[in-house]
Amino acid sequence: MAGSTLEIKDLHVSIEDQEILKGVNLTIKGGEFHAVMGPNGTGKSTLASAIMGHPKYEITQGSVLLDGEDVLEMEVDERAKAGLFLAMQYPSEISGVTNSDFLRSSINARREEGDEISLMKFIKEMDEAMDYLEMDKNMAQRYLNEGFSGGEKKRNEILQLMMIKPEIAILDEIDSGLDIDALKVVSKGINKLRDENFGCLIITHYQRLLNYITPDKVHVMMQGRVVKSGGPELAQRLEAEGYEWIKEELGIEDETVGQEA
Amino acid sequence: MTVETKLPYDQEYISQFSQKHKEPEWMKSLRLQALEKAAALPMPKPDKTNITNWNFSNFKHEAAGEPIQSLEDLPQEIKVFLDLENTEQNLVIQRNHSVAYASLSPKLKEQGVILTDIYTAMAEHGELVQRYYMKDAVGVDENRMTALHAALMNGGVFVYVPKNVTVEEPLQSIFWQEDAEAASFNHVIVVAEANSSLTYVENYISHNQEEEAVANIVTEVIAHDNANVSFGAVDNFAQGTTAYVNRRGVAYRDAVIEWALGQMNDGNTVSENITHLIGDNSVSNAKTVTVGRGKQSQNFTAKIVNHGLQSDGYILQHGVMKDSATSVFNGIGKIEHGASKSNAEQESRVLMLSKDARGDANPILLIDEDDVTAGHAASVGRVDPIQLYYLMSRGISKQEAERLVIHGFLAPVVTQIPIKAVREQLTEVIERKVY
Repeated sequence: MAGSTLEIKDLHVSIEDQEILKGVNLTIKGGEFHAVMGPNGTGKSTLASAIMGHPKYEITQGSVLLDGEDVLEMEVDERAKAGLFLAMQYPSEISGVTNSDFLRSSINARREEGDEISLMKFIKEMDEAMDYLEMDKNMAQRYLNEGFSGGEKKRNEILQLMMIKPEIAILDEIDSGLDIDALKVVSKGINKLRDENFGCLIITHYQRLLNYITPDKVHVMMQGRVVKSGGPELAQRLEAEGYEWIKEELGIEDETVGQEA
Repeated sequence: MTVETKLPYDQEYISQFSQKHKEPEWMKSLRLQALEKAAALPMPKPDKTNITNWNFSNFKHEAAGEPIQSLEDLPQEIKVFLDLENTEQNLVIQRNHSVAYASLSPKLKEQGVILTDIYTAMAEHGELVQRYYMKDAVGVDENRMTALHAALMNGGVFVYVPKNVTVEEPLQSIFWQEDAEAASFNHVIVVAEANSSLTYVENYISHNQEEEAVANIVTEVIAHDNANVSFGAVDNFAQGTTAYVNRRGVAYRDAVIEWALGQMNDGNTVSENITHLIGDNSVSNAKTVTVGRGKQSQNFTAKIVNHGLQSDGYILQHGVMKDSATSVFNGIGKIEHGASKSNAEQESRVLMLSKDARGDANPILLIDEDDVTAGHAASVGRVDPIQLYYLMSRGISKQEAERLVIHGFLAPVVTQIPIKAVREQLTEVIERKVY
């Protein structure tokens, strides 16, 4: 069996009674990398947060299924245990909890009781992953994200991704605030995970990330919906020509949520 | 309504008690005078906490405790506070009102360091004890509780480090209230002479659930010029004990007093920790953690008074309240006239885990000098749902996520406790109280 399948069907999401997503449809299978692109304010991050179960977002219609199981019925931790992972745009800072303790708890949360990862194996894997991401080893003993720079937080999200090894990962603007060297390192980490059992949804509004991670499919979001899908060539055209041509093609004047075509 | 504090202890009882312990004359007369004053003095009036119905009169004043031959003979619940691998223990274990175990390294003895119970200290170092006993830090006639304390004092420890002596190893006391009704009128004095340095840690333990008892504790810490005192404590009186805890420090020129207090009592508690920065350039950091549970009501005061030039005070209080526990956290920074270039900072944070829990943070700055800096931060809130979401998004259960957040919230103080075994024990007490 080749990995898991995440199906998003007619998803409607509101925040404080304002509807942000207005019927999103997407299917991500193991082995596939999807990119969701679009200007700011079109609902991309809402899609990521709603799938993971962020407490502020309310699902008003539609479904999210992981291998046929209803994700929206699950608690946040159950979603993670089922195989979902979200690399967050703004990871929380948790004082007093070291990065390494947190990571070990996260890994063990997905394993059976009595089958916890051994300390030696954990340290070895963590060392390797940190080397791969060119992270300072001291960060293992620092408190979770506390005082981390923007770039360090993003690397730390990818470190967790590499260690937890989910079936389906959503990366929410993992490239924002990264300089080109950091972007290359982060991309290298994500590419390392590419295999037929791993599916990935990459949310970005810059095409440059996709120079390093080649997506199989590219989707453009506007006004809380996926308005156009294509292959990697779509991302290149967006890089060259921007979003105006899509708006013209579809008769959209203001692409942000709250505007109608 | 007046507080019922009529006690079955009269002049005659106190004279006999003093004689039985072969106390010097000055102590006997101090006790008798204090008893006289007690009746006329008002009870302390902690801000926003009504203590009029608290039990301050029902207790047993004297209870002996068996000595122990070896630390191995201690019950597990006491052993956990000790670093048993360390063969050179600098330790006093008080069991009820008797010394059960005492040990001080020969090297420290040679250097003139004193770590001994209060009665032995009066017998062997009478002048020193008299010099400091309720003189510079806590006064007998401050309120009825301090006067009753002076009259009924029934245990405690005297710590003394001479000039220019640096004590590297921690000095430790364990006050083990084994008898469920035994009151603790404990008096602790810590004196650090000029240019000396020491670390002292104490633990109060009782197990009385239904039985009522009282703790009325006074601690006086004196740091002379350029001395450095690191003071750690874990208070863990059980539900049946009503506690009045008064810990006070006086810091002279260039002296430093560091407090790290785990305020983990399960009964009603009034606890105040006041430091006077008398000398120029003196410094105090007062860090406290508290967990309130059940129906207990507690009132905490952390106060630093700047008298000296360029003196520096920092208060950090972190409290977690669950069930229907109520706590008031008073943080007081006071800068006296003339204490120019001094600094008073404070931070109080309260985390509430249930809807019936109550926590109040009262930041107070009282400033009588122009050229100073001061600041305060206070917050009362619940566990941040976004933090929980982040932790849970990695597969961690809600309960475990809460545990991590609470642990992290209290860590800034827990990590300051000087002895590893005590630090771990405090962590364990916190876990037990929170879950």
